[in-house]
Amino acid sequence: MRIYLNFIVVSLLLSSTVYAADGKLLATPGVSQIEGAGGGGLVPWAQLAGYASRDEIAANVFCSRAIVEDYRLHACGAQLNFYDRVELSIAQQKFKINALNTNIEQQILGIKTRLYGDLIFSKWPMLSLGAQYKDVRDTAIPKAVGAERTSGVDWYLAASKLHLGAIAGYNWFWNITARYTDANEMGLLGFGGANGNKELVFEASTAVFLEREWAVGIEYRQKPDNLGLKEDDWQDLFVAWLPNKNISITAAWLNLGSIAGSSDQKGMYLSLTGYF
Amino acid sequence: MKTVIPGFLVVITSLLLLTSCATIPQQPQTLYDKLGSEAGLASIVDSLIKEIGSDKQIFHYFADSRISRFRTNLTQHLCALADGPCSYDGDSLTDIHTGMHINEKDFNHLVDLLIKAMYSQHIPHPVQNQLLARLAPLRTEVIYK
Repeated sequence: MRIYLNFIVVSLLLSSTVYAADGKLLATPGVSQIEGAGGGGLVPWAQLAGYASRDEIAANVFCSRAIVEDYRLHACGAQLNFYDRVELSIAQQKFKINALNTNIEQQILGIKTRLYGDLIFSKWPMLSLGAQYKDVRDTAIPKAVGAERTSGVDWYLAASKLHLGAIAGYNWFWNITARYTDANEMGLLGFGGANGNKELVFEASTAVFLEREWAVGIEYRQKPDNLGLKEDDWQDLFVAWLPNKNISITAAWLNLGSIAGSSDQKGMYLSLTGYF
Repeated sequence: MKTVIPGFLVVITSLLLLTSCATIPQQPQTLYDKLGSEAGLASIVDSLIKEIGSDKQIFHYFADSRISRFRTNLTQHLCALADGPCSYDGDSLTDIHTGMHINEKDFNHLVDLLIKAMYSQHIPHPVQNQLLARLAPLRTEVIYK
C-alpha cells in the first residue's frame, strides 16, 4: 500500500515537471469519481482519467466534498494514466456521521484498463474493465450494523460514447457501468451482510455539452441492500466546467435516499480535478 | 375605428402571405450553407492555415506541402463532406498521410486548431459539431500511417 502510494506521488512529481499531457480533446476524459476513478461524480466511466493520448502519461489530483442532511463525505486522491491504456487511482475517503460526531475512513485503490475503442472516434462505444480494492479503516460501525467484512473488491465493466452534434448540434455523452459488488454504502459500512453478498448492479450517466467547456447531466447508481437498512440507489444532477486541459470543477445536486436508517439524504457536491 | 379595421386587415393579409411563403417547399439548408457556403468555407480554411503556420507542435507535418494546393483540396473536401456542390477529387487521405506517422495527440491538436478557426469565423458551436461529426470517421485514414 505505502509503496503504491509512493509510486503515485513520485510519478506525479516526475510527470508534472517533465510535461503536461494534453493529447485528448477538451473535456473528453470526464472528471473524478468519488472512489477515485476517472468518471462522473458517482459512476466510473469507460474513459481513463486525464489527458494522456496513446503516447503520453497523465497524472491528476482531485478533491471532492458531498454534504447531505446527516452526513458529509470528503475524498481526495490521484490518478495515473499510462498511454490511455491503464489507469491507476487512489482515493482517501472520510465519512462524517453528524449524529455520532464520528468519522469512518476508507482507502480505495483502483485499476482500470481500456479494452476497446475511443470515446468519439471508434464505431462502437469505448469499453473498459476496472477493479476497486476498498479497505475501511474504522471498522466498529460497519461491524455494528452487520457487515461481514471490512474490505472488498468491486469489479466493473463500463461503456461510454460521445456522439458529436447528436442533439440539435450539441454533443451528447452517455455511459453505462455494470458493477459486481458487495459494498454497503460504497464500502463505508463494510461489505456483505445478512441480506446478501456479491451482486451485479447497474449505473448510468448522460450529459449534453452546452458549450465546449460546459456539460450538464445526470447520474444514477444502483446499490445493493446487504444490511437490510433499505439502502437506496443514488442519483445526481451535475454541471461540469472544464475551461482548459489543466482543471475541471463539478457541482452537483445529490439525492442519496436513505443512508443507515436516515431517510431523504439530499444535498450538494463539489469536486475539483487538476490535470498534469 | 375606421383606421383600425384596415390596419387589422393588413396584419391578417400579411400573416397569410407570410405563412404561405413559409409553406412553399424549400431546399433544406445544408451544412455547407450553415458554414457560410463558398466564402465561409474559404475563410475557415484560411484561418486554419494561419493557425497551422504559427503552430510549433504540428507545423512540421505541413512544412513541405504547397499551401495553395492544400487550400484547394481541403476546401473542396470540406465542401463535399458538408453536402455542398463539390466533389473531392484529390488523393485518398490514406495516401496523403502514409509515412507521416501522425499520432493521436497531434491529430487531436489539429482538431483543436480547426475548432479555433471555426470560432474565429463565428461558426456557431452546434454547426461546428456537425462538421466535426462528418470528419470524425476519417481519422482512421490519417493517424499512425
